[in-house]
Amino acid sequence: MSEPLLEVKQLYCERDDRVLFDNLNFSLNAGEVLQIEGANGSGKTTLLRILSGLTGNYEGDIFWRGELRSHARESFNRSLLYFGHQPGVKAILTPLENLQWYAAMHPSIDAERIMPALEKVELRGYEDVPCHTLSAGQNRRVSLARLYLSDAPLWILDEPFTAIDKQGVSQKEQLIQHHADQGGAVILTTHHELSLGERLRRINLNQPGET
Amino acid sequence: MNQPVSNAGVRPVNPGMAGLFWAVMKRDLMLAFRRRSDLLNPLIFFLMVASLFPLGISPEPTFLEQIAPGVVWVGALLATLLSMDSLFRSDFDDGTLEQTLLSPQPLFLVVLAKVLAHWAMTGLPLTLMAPLLGVMLFLPSEGMTGLMLSLLLGTPTLSLVGAIGAALTVGLRKGGVLISLLVLPLYIPVLIFGAGAVQAAVTGLPLGGYLSLLGAMLALGVALAPLAIAAALRISVSG
Repeated sequence: MSEPLLEVKQLYCERDDRVLFDNLNFSLNAGEVLQIEGANGSGKTTLLRILSGLTGNYEGDIFWRGELRSHARESFNRSLLYFGHQPGVKAILTPLENLQWYAAMHPSIDAERIMPALEKVELRGYEDVPCHTLSAGQNRRVSLARLYLSDAPLWILDEPFTAIDKQGVSQKEQLIQHHADQGGAVILTTHHELSLGERLRRINLNQPGET
Repeated sequence: MNQPVSNAGVRPVNPGMAGLFWAVMKRDLMLAFRRRSDLLNPLIFFLMVASLFPLGISPEPTFLEQIAPGVVWVGALLATLLSMDSLFRSDFDDGTLEQTLLSPQPLFLVVLAKVLAHWAMTGLPLTLMAPLLGVMLFLPSEGMTGLMLSLLLGTPTLSLVGAIGAALTVGLRKGGVLISLLVLPLYIPVLIFGAGAVQAAVTGLPLGGYLSLLGAMLALGVALAPLAIAAALRISVSG
């Protein structure tokens, strides 16, 4: 039986007296990549924050593996990798210390994998430098290194490619592809054209309804 | 059919609990040491408040001796309050707070570790510095133990309660004043019993009652404040 990983039913969200989305329904299966599209201010980030569980200001139901998410909070959090607007990198810590802290917060992560992950995002040699001396793109890379560390099946990525160079973007695209091939699922927003073939589905918040 | 969530089974004890606690504390201590000015701020404030009283009111030893317990305690309280705002602020700004809330680790422990680290950076140094201010204000030497013990028991409570206010206001752009309004009323019992303990020590009365009450407040704080802090953080991030 293939049960969708994440299922959203009749999601409604209003912000500052403006309806962002109404009656939003979709489900996400393992192996799928879901791209949320929409103009600036259409509620992409809000949707991702709702899906990740950061925001509770919504109506409707979100199911995680068939169970109401509010009942499966711990298993959901264990399975989630969230990459937000703020990369979650402490400026006065080094990349290594940042990832060590992340590993401590996620017991499934093996600290041995931190150095290889830093190598993958081309930050080898910078691991002991405070993050505030790194460039914006490098700071994002520190956060993106988590993609190589984590075993979480569900990735929620908010604009993961901002400030990342071309080569880095294609590398991340391959990584997303690989993650989906392995049975993971990805929800992301980006203004990049993704070349992920049939795995990719799109939801446009400006034109609600099924896509 | 809906299967009820059952907790009846034996829940495996996470071997990483102590590791998590230590990792969070270590990180916060490291952060504090790399921003030394934040570390010194409350201490300098404490010193200044206490040194203004002799200048502003009277340098008379007999008079200062009387107000010393209250002045030192009020100074410690205000210095703690001053440092509270920054507890979650930077985590909120750079997104690490979001990551904390989304991690599968128990928020209770994470928050407790953060508050403990904060106390080690403010309350503990304040306690260690208090005898110096006591001497400055002619506090009789019999009062010193009372001062140290009451601060040792009282300042962690101040940190715990203050953290609730900090968590509630972290989402607001200007939470600084609001924090004082929220938290100050809750600080008053600690102040009363803390200063009372020093007073009692000076006059040679037994300290036990005061210290037990301070200890009880601390125990209550350790057990309940992290729950309130965790809930407040979720609200702040949600907004």
